[in-house]
Amino acid sequence: MQKRRMGKGLGRGETIAGLLFASPWFIGFILFTAYPILSSIYFSFTDYNILSDPYWIGTENYIEMFNWDPAFWKSLWNTFYYVLFSVPLGISIGLMIALILNADIKSIAVYRTMYYMPSIVPIVAGSILWAWMFNPNYGLLTLAVEAIGLQAPAWLGDPRWAKPSLIIMSLWGAGGGMIIYLAGLKNIPKTYYEAAELDGANLFTRFRRITLPLLTPTLFFQLIMGIIGSFQVFTQAFIMTSGGPNDATLFYVLHLYRNAFQFWRMGYASAMAWVLFAIIMVFTVINWVGSRYWVHYDQG
Amino acid sequence: MAQHNHATSSAQSQSGQFTNWYNAHRKQISHIVRHLLLILGSILFMFPLIWLISTSLKADTQIFKIPPEIIPRPVVWKNYTRMWTYFPFLQFLKNTVFVVVMSVSGVLVTAPMVAYSFSRLRWPGRDFLFMIVLGTMMLPGQVTMIPLYVLFSKWGLVDTFYPLWIGTWFGGGAFNIFLVRQFFMTIPRSLEESARIDGANQVQIYYKIMLPLVRPVLTTIAIFQFMGSWNDFMGPLIYINNQAKYTLSLGLRLFQAQTAGAQTEFGMLMAATCVMVLPVIVFFFIGQKQFIEGVTLTGMKG
Repeated sequence: MQKRRMGKGLGRGETIAGLLFASPWFIGFILFTAYPILSSIYFSFTDYNILSDPYWIGTENYIEMFNWDPAFWKSLWNTFYYVLFSVPLGISIGLMIALILNADIKSIAVYRTMYYMPSIVPIVAGSILWAWMFNPNYGLLTLAVEAIGLQAPAWLGDPRWAKPSLIIMSLWGAGGGMIIYLAGLKNIPKTYYEAAELDGANLFTRFRRITLPLLTPTLFFQLIMGIIGSFQVFTQAFIMTSGGPNDATLFYVLHLYRNAFQFWRMGYASAMAWVLFAIIMVFTVINWVGSRYWVHYDQG
Repeated sequence: MAQHNHATSSAQSQSGQFTNWYNAHRKQISHIVRHLLLILGSILFMFPLIWLISTSLKADTQIFKIPPEIIPRPVVWKNYTRMWTYFPFLQFLKNTVFVVVMSVSGVLVTAPMVAYSFSRLRWPGRDFLFMIVLGTMMLPGQVTMIPLYVLFSKWGLVDTFYPLWIGTWFGGGAFNIFLVRQFFMTIPRSLEESARIDGANQVQIYYKIMLPLVRPVLTTIAIFQFMGSWNDFMGPLIYINNQAKYTLSLGLRLFQAQTAGAQTEFGMLMAATCVMVLPVIVFFFIGQKQFIEGVTLTGMKG
């Protein structure tokens, strides 16, 4: 605080230097974020195909979306379904692996790498690989299910199985969260567990009363980021199913992409983008409000 | 009566023996159970990748054999040698490398600059603007996607590589700025004050003293950006039309779509997929320590 008031001349020099050093961000922010945000709001109230000028139509895009576009509702439902399963399941599996790994195991680095690796596989490569895994004739998953004597579903070819298949694929990347939970677990002081053990608390109680509460801030952050990321699911559906079969994997962003870059309905797609933003915001706010009841911030 | 007594006591001592034995070996038992679970799980997680590599090394006839065989017999390299001439993967690779180099450079040059300003220099409005930096992380890319496309098309830059990397030269994104800033914050203030007394100016302090100190996090953001640009699909999909300018992710997708169902090209598709995965894994191993630190730092509190 005292240092803050050191000489005026130095302060001015520092301000100029500060603005200069930050200038790339200023320019980038105005050019590639602020201006696009404003024009996106404007576009969302227009009919715009890029070739001719935007034509103001008021709230008609929004009205059409909610009333006259069944594919919008379908894509919204598909995306909700995907988020609802892939996020909690992904977090649970990542946490489970982290709990098993969190011991004085010599080979921890090897295991950690093996669980983590799938999460960094490029999404295009992952999609092609999993399309092969789900192949109805030769796919490894098909053959594995048939090997135990069951009838394998058509996976991506079956409207009932297409979304669950993509969710299964997403769980393959659960190791990404595992790395983060592992770091969170390492931050919990060992003495807590030792004290609990002396009091006769069993494994489950220790997890329920120590591990879980102290990990809630990390889980909360992962939940929010997971929801934001999953709402934007696109590439898998684009490559593996093209939104099919029977629109079963027509996700929100895929529908948005088609409107923008296949039908050149830029105004409508902009309106869709803002609705997506609003949905994500609502979920984030609900999470923040809800977090008061389960996230513990009392640690240090 | 006596016999009965004897029987119960022996059963008791037997179960007692088991409890004793269990207590004595509890550590080892939990260790073994843990390892069994971990091995089982890692087989599950690694198998798709192993299967991918194995398929890419098989002859066409072995790929579609039922029951499937894990080990390629014989090991065939034909898929890897043929794919480059069969399809313009070499061109796609060159394009991707260009975009990666340009965007990684952009991030490395500008992210530390901006982060330095937001952490070590004091100027009015700084903390408020940093909130905005963090706020942009919450904005889904779809919101700016369309106006950006309109902007780049007005500038005549559609179907060029510019839209894919130019943005990284303006601070390198909120995520990278945040990461480097966290590192700058840990450096003691006295360091630059003594440099200033010695007569160093801001640029010298930044370039000669501060930048070398955050070198580990520069590795982290370089790897992040490499992966981001290497993996990017939506960007090239929107901006690149001419096949000669395709990146690997786009080219791989095109190859998959064109050869759908053709068994003779499937081995090459798998080989090309491996080529796409391999550099990511190599860079992950090279920078594993910094990479994981970066992931956990941003993943725990944002």
